Amino acid sequence: MSNLEELYKEIILDHYRTPRNRGELPPPASKTEGFNPLCGDELTVYLDVTDGVVSDIKITGHGCSISQASSSLMSVAVKGKTLAEVSEVLSKFKNMMTLEGEVVDLNDPSNREVLRSLGELAALQGVAKFPVRIKCATLAWNTLSQGLEEN
Amino acid sequence: MSSFNAVRVRADIPALTRHINGRPITYLDSGASSLPPRSVIEAMDEYYRLRHANVHRGVYQTANEATDAYEGARAAVAQFLNAPGGAEGVVFTKNCTEAFNLLAKSWGVANLKDGDVVLLSEMEHHANIVPWFQLRESIALDIRFIPVTDDYELDLSNIQELLQGVKLLSLTAMSNVLGTINPVKDLAALAHAHGALVAIDASQSVGHMPTNLVDLDIDFMMFSGHKMLGPTGIGVFWTRPEILATMPPFLGGGGMIADVRTDGYTPATGFTRFEAGTPMIAEAVGLHAAIRYLEGLGLDNVHAHDQSLTVDAISRINHQFSGRVRIIGPTAHAQRGGVLSLDVEGVHPHDIAQVLDEIGVCVRPGHHCAKPLMRRFGLAATARASFGPYSLTLDTDVLLEGLQRAITFFG
Ligand SMILES: Cc1ncc(COP(=O)(O)O)c(C=O)c1O
Repeated sequence: MSNLEELYKEIILDHYRTPRNRGELPPPASKTEGFNPLCGDELTVYLDVTDGVVSDIKITGHGCSISQASSSLMSVAVKGKTLAEVSEVLSKFKNMMTLEGEVVDLNDPSNREVLRSLGELAALQGVAKFPVRIKCATLAWNTLSQGLEEN
Repeated sequence: MSSFNAVRVRADIPALTRHINGRPITYLDSGASSLPPRSVIEAMDEYYRLRHANVHRGVYQTANEATDAYEGARAAVAQFLNAPGGAEGVVFTKNCTEAFNLLAKSWGVANLKDGDVVLLSEMEHHANIVPWFQLRESIALDIRFIPVTDDYELDLSNIQELLQGVKLLSLTAMSNVLGTINPVKDLAALAHAHGALVAIDASQSVGHMPTNLVDLDIDFMMFSGHKMLGPTGIGVFWTRPEILATMPPFLGGGGMIADVRTDGYTPATGFTRFEAGTPMIAEAVGLHAAIRYLEGLGLDNVHAHDQSLTVDAISRINHQFSGRVRIIGPTAHAQRGGVLSLDVEGVHPHDIAQVLDEIGVCVRPGHHCAKPLMRRFGLAATARASFGPYSLTLDTDVLLEGLQRAITFFG
């Protein structure tokens, strides 16, 4: 696989071209804005949390393929999940993104387990090899964290 | 035309011998920072190897040599700009940004009062915006912006009104996003007629076209060394010596004083007042070498070279990608700088830059520190390619190859 194909996996391009859970939610859903001052990417995450479950999530904004795909993948990964499950995905995702410059060793059983548990999100693992793009991938997740804290 | 030959310039640039991802580097980011020729690197190297010492106050030989080198650079800058008052009005700063801070926080604090108008334009770099907003926190300035037309030029239809009550017109000579060259001389005359002083951001122009301060008849100029083939870490603030004499100190410490007692201090006069602490001596030596190098090329030749590369690139981009790739900047006439901001339909600038990097092409995605301008055109970012005197049409070939790849990849 070329570097580019590793970064822009088919799943990522698919989520970029056809983002899931796009749009807004009316109040009382919470609304959190995220901002990447370096590249001007902007994102708004709307969250409906009912009885400890993320019952709905919608996202608006603009940015590069990585930030858009990451937000779309995130919305799918957390929708319908309990807050505890969401916080687990969040921390796994952030761990994956801080493996800066290193390719995750898929033969290492612990990594394999983590990647498998991340499902489609694992497609974003290639981003970690491109340090300047990590911020693109994590924008949605940081915004989600902030939204959950405020909730 | 004289002996200008971009292929020969290219051979002088060590950084252009690199390969990136298996391809020769295609450096199209000179608008952000230019690549220094060997003579600049060698001048700094020679200085550090043989002549390094602190400047001023020294008695021994190398200290005198260092002082001569540093002050020689100041004289070279003055000559390069044809500065009225010569070297006396040249202050070395860290970069253009610091020079703007010096303007706002020294001249501005001493000369502006509540209600005064500072006139900027919508195409300014943040370096010429943020210091004015910061000053507005203590002085109730009326900060106005000359709008930009849909054709990417300054909209001067309301200029008389905008100039009412103006104390300072602070404007870029060339936009780092659009490539637009502004009519500095005419606007300076107009602003002077309204009693204002005029500051010009020459960051993008000074290494790319001739600058003549006597002819421009402006009051302040600022720029960075690293955009004119020089090193990072040095910039220039120029003003008329008689204006400099009225400006209060900016940074305090050693070097900028006439006397220090236990009950206070007396600042030095002239440019010394504004150069606190040990200055950037090696960088001044490098800047001096860059000026010599540019003078050897001839700034008229550099400008003509930029223009021919730009005209060629615009016509090829329009031809090959008609409609799909939009150039954010003037395209109708040749009078523009070698900066091409691209908006590719359906492909984000970050993704463009990533695909270009794969074949060794260096362009810059982002807002280019000109967010008000980006907002004006409803853009979050562009991918910007910018030329230097070492750029060739070959670079445009590779840029087009990369753009085609990106468009194919993202569909
Ligand atoms: C027009 C313009 N003004 C000011 C600056 C600031 O220069 P520096 O970052 O070297 O201070 C730049 C560089 O990006 C520029 O292009």
